[in-house]
Amino acid sequence: MSHFSYIPHTDTEIQKMLETIGVKSVEALFSDVPRVFDFDLALPDSSDEFSVARELKTLAQKNLNLNEVAVFRGAGIYYHYIPSVIRALSSRGEFLTAYTPYQPEVSQGTLQALFEFQTMIAELAGLEVANSSMYDGATAVAEAALMAVRVNGRNKILISRALHPEYQRVTGTYCHAQNIELEELPYSENTGQIDLKKLKNSLNDDVSAVIVGYPNYFGIIEDLREIKALLDEKVIFIVVANPIALSVLEAPGSLGADIVVGEGQPLGNPPSLGGPGLGFFATREKFVRKMPGRIIGETQDADGKTGYVMVLQTREQHIRRGKATSNICSNHAHNAVIAAIYMSLMGKEGLREVAIRSYDKAHYLFQRISEIEGMAPLFSGPFFHEFAVKLKALTAGELNNKLLEHKILGPMELEKDFPELGNSVLFCTTEAVRNDDLEFLLGRLEEII
Amino acid sequence: MTIFEKSVSGRKGYSLPDEALHDSSPLSKIPEHLLRKKAVELPENSEVDIVRHYTELSRKNYSVDNGFYPLGSCTMKYNPRLNEEMASLEGFSYLHPYQPTESIQGALEVMYELQRMLAEITGMDAFTLQPAAGAHGELTGMLIVRKYFELMGEDQRKKVIVPDSAHGTNPASAKMAGFDVVEIASNPSGLIDLGNLKAALDETVAAIMLTNPNTLGLFEKDILEISKLAHDNGTLLYYDGANLNAIMGHVRPGDMGFDIVHLNLHKTFSTPHGMGGPGSGPVGVKEKLKGLLPAPLVALNDDGYYLDYDLPDSIGKVRSFYGNFGVLLKAYAYIRMLGKNGLKFASEMAVLNANYLRVKLSKLIPPSHPGICKHEFVLDGSVLVKEFGVKTLDLAKRLLDYGLHPPTIYFPLIVHEALMIEPTETESKDNLDRFAEVIEKILEEARDNPETLKNAPYSTPVRRLNETMASRKPIMRWKAEK
Amino acid sequence: MKKYAKTHEWVLVEGNVATVGISNYAQEHLGDIVYVELPEVGKEISKGETICSVESVKAASDVYAPLSGKILEVNEELDAAPETINSDAEKSGWIFKMEFSDPAELDGLMDEEEYKKFCEEEEA
Repeated sequence: MSHFSYIPHTDTEIQKMLETIGVKSVEALFSDVPRVFDFDLALPDSSDEFSVARELKTLAQKNLNLNEVAVFRGAGIYYHYIPSVIRALSSRGEFLTAYTPYQPEVSQGTLQALFEFQTMIAELAGLEVANSSMYDGATAVAEAALMAVRVNGRNKILISRALHPEYQRVTGTYCHAQNIELEELPYSENTGQIDLKKLKNSLNDDVSAVIVGYPNYFGIIEDLREIKALLDEKVIFIVVANPIALSVLEAPGSLGADIVVGEGQPLGNPPSLGGPGLGFFATREKFVRKMPGRIIGETQDADGKTGYVMVLQTREQHIRRGKATSNICSNHAHNAVIAAIYMSLMGKEGLREVAIRSYDKAHYLFQRISEIEGMAPLFSGPFFHEFAVKLKALTAGELNNKLLEHKILGPMELEKDFPELGNSVLFCTTEAVRNDDLEFLLGRLEEII
Repeated sequence: MTIFEKSVSGRKGYSLPDEALHDSSPLSKIPEHLLRKKAVELPENSEVDIVRHYTELSRKNYSVDNGFYPLGSCTMKYNPRLNEEMASLEGFSYLHPYQPTESIQGALEVMYELQRMLAEITGMDAFTLQPAAGAHGELTGMLIVRKYFELMGEDQRKKVIVPDSAHGTNPASAKMAGFDVVEIASNPSGLIDLGNLKAALDETVAAIMLTNPNTLGLFEKDILEISKLAHDNGTLLYYDGANLNAIMGHVRPGDMGFDIVHLNLHKTFSTPHGMGGPGSGPVGVKEKLKGLLPAPLVALNDDGYYLDYDLPDSIGKVRSFYGNFGVLLKAYAYIRMLGKNGLKFASEMAVLNANYLRVKLSKLIPPSHPGICKHEFVLDGSVLVKEFGVKTLDLAKRLLDYGLHPPTIYFPLIVHEALMIEPTETESKDNLDRFAEVIEKILEEARDNPETLKNAPYSTPVRRLNETMASRKPIMRWKAEK
Repeated sequence: MKKYAKTHEWVLVEGNVATVGISNYAQEHLGDIVYVELPEVGKEISKGETICSVESVKAASDVYAPLSGKILEVNEELDAAPETINSDAEKSGWIFKMEFSDPAELDGLMDEEEYKKFCEEEEA
């Protein structure tokens, strides 16, 4: 009788196996483990599937999920429609339970799906090569900074203050570890874009890279062309982009970006409390040997058939060890395949439609909010699907509490991370916000404010 | 054929609600030069095309659901479907990290309990669930080491010691944290050479990174002495938890003397490998290092669960938000299913399986280090080269023709033509018997006709691939004009 | 005359210019070379310093400076044809040319016979 559904051994089998090994008991196999510390794990005993499921469902129900409210909050994780096909395909055991494709002959599904993912990311970014994923947008930015220093040997990174605060902090952690200097670039209080004059003054021969958002944390679209014009040819231009926005905005690569990174969660991945997300990373072909992460390449097999394989593995830790471009081993391949399925399903027109609707609803909301006494948009710069608003009548906390009573997840509070903006909030709309929801929100805002 | 080649202009695979735009000229507020002139070159396919394409791709993959993966150090155990169902519940998968804490109490409870359970299993005092992978956990651990000595005023501690059998991520992570790496040679038994260790320990050593059992599957029985040597020298001891599957319920790294531990939830705790990720690499520490953990930790007070950012000595954040929550949930479900008796039994069966297979295979290929192993063991394939002129690589490729995934090959580096085998506890005796039979058959083939191995595989979706060509002139994306 | 370093570089001395590459023994062990990271012309180097690397599919090998001096020329052909190191490691597979400052450093290198023995001992 098997003791556990995941562990097949019957008592008879255990006996036979012990005989083959030549020991009397399983305990004998642990005789070299010091007996010094006896302990009793303070954990409950084993359970059955149904009891565990019941316990977890109860815990799930204690949470308010985004499908139960109208969502007007983005700030790095976005609520988009996820077509049913995505889960149906990505949950297939051959994808879900497959290992890293180190044996390519039996991993062509993985390798081709990721090769296609790389292609789509490269297209969105307007650059020649992309890797097959990083953990998230934040670590992708951090690794881009480290890569820039590897490329040009300079030691200072200029990073926009208008980037996601968590991305800034993570980049700080990684750069501090390598004694790389980070300098914050201020944004204009008027436009919400990078202050170009201050950028110009900060540029010198020590600067390895400049990092800006596209759009930035405030939803504002930076003028990449103007920024690029200020940079000398050695400076690496790193752009942190929203992948949905990239379907309608000019590709950063075409505007001079050397590295494009970002958070790929909006591409078919559920919000999942912020993880697992998906870091994407694209760069110019000439820098590929300095890029971190696994890369899939095309080749042929012994019969001349097209096949795919991991390439340039000598950059990675399992070969280069201490001299690797990064320590990254496990990545977010499954999330990348989800994104690939999403991008192929939505396709060239679908992604664009999602972007346009997201933009359209945000701009309508912006216009109507501007008309409400006690609410004033902060920035005049062009924006995509998020915009910041100053509140005069009540605090952000009070506003959001009231909105939640009406089953609305209100805008993101900004003051904690950006005290200079005072009592301000960040609104977001996506294609998953209905026009009715917009009107409902506006109605409640007019009442509350 | 790639999905791009299957694309037909005008095909649509999605549907969106029929809603009017508020502005009939969308994107007009964005300056011309910042707009795309041409749509992104993404494919256009119907839903059925997409389903067929990815279904076809999936069928070219080997996976745990298909069969045995005896990969040493990877712990490719069965991925329970209960975990998947729980992780996909709306109440977990549709949460925004910036929702009010009162609205995510269930999620925070899962994380709090997981922090607690992992601490209990490993004998540590506090856990962070932030790191996204094992290597990420190693980096986090190394940053904690660095900050610890900064606060102690001991900036001369610039070195980290690793054994020559260490996994590549160990030196890579130490380097990323700003340390210099010193590799020490193992002794002839494959264990830490105490003499070499003593010689390398001085006031410049910040930490020693170890895994126990080590990558040869051997238990470092001198661990208590190693721990004493390290601590007497003021050096911290770091545990790479990749091999925890061997010892759950038997001994805890915290009790062995480790100060910092990382775990691989996608190994020991059954979360799926997903073609390479996402994993999760929680890091546990002893009390004195708790304040250095990345913020926030999940905490509990009279008002309920909350995110505690009050860690003034924290190393900072290592990724956005709180951790790979979707993965954490799966590990939670697994630990609740197995319970304390199940985790112990899992380790016992993992070790039983490994020793059983070791005994059966040792008759065919000699082990690198004889004697009882833990959850994995290494065979020395150099005999194949000498006797049959075939390499471990060729044996591995021929296994594919028998519908089996090969073991880890050429690691650890200290064994020539290494084959590292970890069956895990979820394989039955029958599977192990079959594996041994197949190895025996392949060795017969090696004797009778080595070319069979050298040109294998034959029956897989593609045959041996030209990796030289692939890396010389890499083609890393599909292009329309070929 | 040709000399060899323990780290498997060969050095061909003509006057005070040395041509450097990796030995045939080294290329055999690396396997198919896919990429050579060439050093910068004009770079000042010291004996023992890591100059560049030679990569195969599954391994990367650092090339160390056998002598101190300055890099005069690099073999650009290796960009398009890294496999030259496999076919002709000790002649047309040369990696860089340098002028060296201290002839005494040559004494620390092995001649062909000594190197052959050294390799045989390594194999064992």
